[in-house]
Amino acid sequence: MDGNVNKPEQMEISNERGQMNIVIVGHVDHGKSTVIGRLLADTGSLPSGKLEAVRETCRRNSKPFEYAFLLDALKDEQSQGITIDMARCFFKTPYRDYIIIDAPGHIEFLKNMITGASRAEAALLVIDAVEGIQENSKRHGHMVSMLGVKQVTVLVNKMDLAGYRREVFDRLREEYSRFLSQIDVTPVSFIPISAREGDNIATHSPKMEWYRDATVLEQLDRFLSCRQLGGKPFRFPVQDIYKFTGSNDDRRIVAGTIETGSVSVGDEVLFLPSGKKSVIQSVEAFNAPLKTLATAGESSGFTLSTQIYIRPGELMVRTDEPLPEVGNRIRVNIFWLGRAPLVKGKEYKLKLGSARATARLAEVRNTLDASDLSFSRSKQQLDCRDVGECVLETSRPIAFDQAFINETTGRFVLIDNYEIAGGGIVLENLSSGESLLQRHIRERESHWEKGLVSTELRETVNGHQAKFIVFTGKPGTGKRAVARALEQALFERGLNAYYLGVASIDMGLDADLGYHNDQTGERLRRIGELARIFTDAGLIFITTIDDADDFDIETLKQLNEPNEILVISTGEHGFSRYEPDFQLPSGDNVEEAVSEVARLLKKREIIIEYEI
Amino acid sequence: MDHLQKLEAQSVYILREAYREFRNLCMLWSIGKDSTVMLWLARKAFFGHVPIPLVHIDTHYKIPEMIEYRDRIALDWNLNMVYGENREALENRETFPDGRTDRITCCRNLKSEALKHTLSGAWPRYRLDHELGRYVPDKDNSPYTGVIVGVRADEEGSRSKERYFSPRDQDNSWDVGDQPPEFWNQFKTDFAPGTHVRIHPLLDWTELNIWEYIEREKIPVVSLYFNQGNGHRYRSLGCYPCTNPVESDARTLRDIIDELGSGKLSNIAERSGRAQDSEDGGGLETLRREGYM
Repeated sequence: MDGNVNKPEQMEISNERGQMNIVIVGHVDHGKSTVIGRLLADTGSLPSGKLEAVRETCRRNSKPFEYAFLLDALKDEQSQGITIDMARCFFKTPYRDYIIIDAPGHIEFLKNMITGASRAEAALLVIDAVEGIQENSKRHGHMVSMLGVKQVTVLVNKMDLAGYRREVFDRLREEYSRFLSQIDVTPVSFIPISAREGDNIATHSPKMEWYRDATVLEQLDRFLSCRQLGGKPFRFPVQDIYKFTGSNDDRRIVAGTIETGSVSVGDEVLFLPSGKKSVIQSVEAFNAPLKTLATAGESSGFTLSTQIYIRPGELMVRTDEPLPEVGNRIRVNIFWLGRAPLVKGKEYKLKLGSARATARLAEVRNTLDASDLSFSRSKQQLDCRDVGECVLETSRPIAFDQAFINETTGRFVLIDNYEIAGGGIVLENLSSGESLLQRHIRERESHWEKGLVSTELRETVNGHQAKFIVFTGKPGTGKRAVARALEQALFERGLNAYYLGVASIDMGLDADLGYHNDQTGERLRRIGELARIFTDAGLIFITTIDDADDFDIETLKQLNEPNEILVISTGEHGFSRYEPDFQLPSGDNVEEAVSEVARLLKKREIIIEYEI
Repeated sequence: MDHLQKLEAQSVYILREAYREFRNLCMLWSIGKDSTVMLWLARKAFFGHVPIPLVHIDTHYKIPEMIEYRDRIALDWNLNMVYGENREALENRETFPDGRTDRITCCRNLKSEALKHTLSGAWPRYRLDHELGRYVPDKDNSPYTGVIVGVRADEEGSRSKERYFSPRDQDNSWDVGDQPPEFWNQFKTDFAPGTHVRIHPLLDWTELNIWEYIEREKIPVVSLYFNQGNGHRYRSLGCYPCTNPVESDARTLRDIIDELGSGKLSNIAERSGRAQDSEDGGGLETLRREGYM
């Protein structure tokens, strides 16, 4: 091996033996299993006697020995003859340990290939020197790139069948490089090999004197193992908030894994999308020395210097670094694996970092057939194995980065019918444009069929304005009692007030939604649409919502347009920007609370007379 | 971060993800080195606490020291400890040691069946009462829908194909050929009613990693893993009629790590001392498809 290798640099990063995940991909029958079998055999990683046993089996069955059989024997899959799932093989070089993730070449097993590739730090892409570039050679190249595997080495296999000719190798290298450059992939290297004969796997082949660069084993050791995550801004998706009070532990710990960057005790942090701020008070860990700094890759936990209410799914960042994007309309690249196509008008669940949101497909800008890279601008859905540039809208805003700025917070998956049906990367934040909700309201209002009774006439006859009154606060703050008492008090004074209990719609209007949390967006929409109807009917329409945030109220406000909303919080509220119209203390003095709200209604000229 | 820190971080992430997503979660604790490391990782994930019930399937043929160790740790670490068993098979003596079945059927009776019915809540569970210091019948018989299991991909063939989050249908069966994709750190955490999931936080750990971590963190393990002076130690723990020790001079954690590093055992399967494996065609896949861990 020449002296121009990366080892000395890497050794500085860690003086421990490293470990690296490598994925091996390629078209079926291009020889992936043979390459792995060879690597295992040539590094002495096979159990003793295995090689001999497989040779013996082959001899008895009168079939020529192949290294691929080794792998099959190890995985007990001889009968099927194909690698049905990604499987891991362990081997080591003097330099470090490897886990080779064997991803199947068959098109039906694309999701296994993706599972393997998304865990890899580098990829070996195997191409048959004789068959040349096939559909999966292209598809896998594209997938590996989208999955964020930046280091790709192409193995041109079966050089023995191509007479070890340099022209064959050069032609394939040129052809495949041209393809990869169209999708912004630059391979680290191309290596001509014969896995069956062992050429250029562990040692240089005397049959290809024209090739003097790295063997496969040398190339593996050259891949860089440290992803450059430490130098980026701090990104901490909040996975959970723990408080184990029952076990006499008063710490309130914000838990998660640091995707990039670092944070220290004393740093001011911002939670997005809620916009709340605090300061890191401590770095928490069990059975570990006290720390004041936490860095990328660590599964960590923090306490904060102030008691703020945050939820799992927020992104914690530092205020002294570039901020991520926040939005609910994003331009993305998606690869779709679902049995059912990705279509408009259907709700999906989006998972990005620790955030979960309901998402809809708003636009399909173009689709790409990954095998021949042909574009279509007319297709309006993504079928299984399509890649497409689309616009997605989430039911509530999420925090993210554009993938080219920070890949770890710029990628997501979509869930359809309980399954991960697609994955993607964020290209751009489009949130300033008209949202699906705004468009819906514009269209609804343009079609709203008014009766012959005017709003003014209703108000005159009723003696009050219509209003949508929302009580919100944490569970147990008494908002329901106040809402019900307000309805009664107003009604007894001849005003048209109506209280809608959440339980009434859970089992009625919302009975089709089930109990799943993913439906909160739809529940909210229905309450908003009901409010639009009831306020149009001239009612003072009263309801309660647990723990609403800025986004919930903004959604209800828009859905109720052109009519107006009044928001009353009980106890501590969950808003960061929105100011409630009125704040009631948490507690049992219902009568006093009702009088205060009534005074407000009078002050706002919603009602004219009110005496308690 | 070194390789153990990376493995720890990933396992902690998976445990927290499981805790966040599943309400009826439990962790299987076999008392062996792997699931004990997993239990320790739970303490890491939850900052010294273990907010997940630990379930042990007691075959009543476990080596006695294992049970003594289980209960001592459960009390010391304030664990929500639950065990289940196949009372009927034990009472009817449908076991291999009683000579009425073969090893595989015994495993199926005392482990797979006991596990299935303990998880579903169909058979009684017993919970450690920390005040009384003994087990009492568990009033909670709701099914566990998320089960955390300490299998490692390097143990044997069928385990290398597992996902971190692996769905099982109502019969506990596992469709090896059609598993969901796992992208980056996004796992399948959405499940149709009636299905449940196995969660595998240790999938990427090797036998050597486990011992290195036990040494680094000073995790207490059963002394059966060490040579007590007779030239033998257990490499994998199970029921005494079907578990044999390996020849070894390893008396300390360092000795075990050196022994594994030396390659002395590299040609002997870790579970070679477990007699049921060889009767299952060497693959364990038959038992595993039926729900064996």
